[in-house]
Amino acid sequence: MRKAVIIGAGMTPVGEHWKLALRDLAVEAVLNAMDDAGIDKVDSLYVGNMISGPFVEQENLGSLIADWAGLGNIPAVKIEAACASGGAAVQEGVKAVLSGLEDVVAVVGVEKMTDAWPNDATRYLAYAADAEWELFHGASFVALNALVMRYYMKTYGYTEEDLALFAVNAHTNGAKNPYAMFKRPIKLETVLKSPYIADPLKLFDASPVCDGAAAVIITTPEKAKELGVPKEKWVEVAGMGRAIDTINLANREDLLTLKAAKVAAERAYKMAGVEPKDIDFFEIHDAFTIMAALSLEALGVAKKGEGAKLAREGQIAIDADYPIQTMGGLKARGHPVGATGVYQTVEAVLQLRGEAPNQVPDAEVGLTQNIGGTGSNITVTVLRRV
Amino acid sequence: MSRPMQVSRYWRHFREKYRLIGGKCENGHVHFPKRPICPVCGSREIEEVELSGKGKVLSWTLVRNPPSGFEYYKPYPLALIELEEGPIVLAQLTDVDPEEIDFGMEVEVVTKKIREFEEDGIILYGYKFRPPVK
Ligand SMILES: [Zn+2]
Repeated sequence: MRKAVIIGAGMTPVGEHWKLALRDLAVEAVLNAMDDAGIDKVDSLYVGNMISGPFVEQENLGSLIADWAGLGNIPAVKIEAACASGGAAVQEGVKAVLSGLEDVVAVVGVEKMTDAWPNDATRYLAYAADAEWELFHGASFVALNALVMRYYMKTYGYTEEDLALFAVNAHTNGAKNPYAMFKRPIKLETVLKSPYIADPLKLFDASPVCDGAAAVIITTPEKAKELGVPKEKWVEVAGMGRAIDTINLANREDLLTLKAAKVAAERAYKMAGVEPKDIDFFEIHDAFTIMAALSLEALGVAKKGEGAKLAREGQIAIDADYPIQTMGGLKARGHPVGATGVYQTVEAVLQLRGEAPNQVPDAEVGLTQNIGGTGSNITVTVLRRV
Repeated sequence: MSRPMQVSRYWRHFREKYRLIGGKCENGHVHFPKRPICPVCGSREIEEVELSGKGKVLSWTLVRNPPSGFEYYKPYPLALIELEEGPIVLAQLTDVDPEEIDFGMEVEVVTKKIREFEEDGIILYGYKFRPPVK
């Protein structure tokens, strides 16, 4: 079977980009990734994006971005899997390379969220929920996560403080990332004193509304050699998995198990031939602090009900056993929804090349996990230093 | 926000939303809303069943930053309610002091206004839950 390696990575800073349009961000990321790989053409483009229609009245992003990035008459499409669109786009790009149909693939994740009014942004994000049975009743994404958070705290006896530690860790790491939206550490009390947005979930338990784009170039080792890309730049996509769960949170078999992440992770581990203990760092989907805790459990890093314990015991820092969110995660780097999975991939690539500003020592294997919906659509990807 | 043709879209669910009509498969698995295939056993033999509307609060939140269209009601309590027949349903709580909401609190269904559309003039009704009226 063919192998897939990432040979180029690029991104834009995450933030409120008032002066830049969706296409500007995406084109910048694509060209950065192509320059990083030292190539000037690709066979196809996959665009990870969640909700460009409502946010900027633009669909057909494949055409828009390939056209404006000067990629010629290549195949180009948008991939949508809610907030996991970026992770899904990366996996579709890898599949195209592994299939042998395409040799050099560009993947870009992009989202432009700050052109909308805040309450409209809240509504658009909730399009990933079940429109008739969740959004109809006024459920925002924050509210759905708050329902899970309260139930988790009650079931396992955690406090708001326990979960706030995930936000503190993310900001500690994000402070070193020049591309992060929030480049400052925060104190525990800052999280605890922030206002409730859907009790018991507070403003600092949640990732921000923002803009950004990230891109990677994927090919085979043979082609990478042919293109003259130095081996230090290669990062292998060693394993990947993807799965869905009920779209409606109320229909979940178990509110506190991210079944989709569990299934996706099992597939990714198997394909890569690794176990959780072999992974040197985890870029997980902490759109809300509760999702960080549940993700660690679903990925097999913590036992069920013990995800939040890892934060309390200091096991998630850069120099600890299970470093997470090494570049700030969704919380501090920012969460331009459809772009997030690609940002995670770019950050994992930098770690595995030894080029990260917040380097995990001797990182050889990294994992990215990207959640769409309230755990309803999840991608897990294992990356390895070549 | 965009305003699609809403009338038919909401009307097609009025039985579920006014009367809590769910589904029950040949093996007795009850679900809400009704689906074409039982999510537990995969059976396609599903009959309609009207749920009692009595249940208990499993978890709840107070929505302070609502999606557009719900600003008028904020802050409002939203809960997951475990119905006595088994299914869990998401709904707003009404006629209750948010301070009094607790795990396991008994509630019953009531039909209430969910939302109004400013320009279209459509008023949406549906289920909410409240502490039982004694
Ligand atoms: Zn059944």
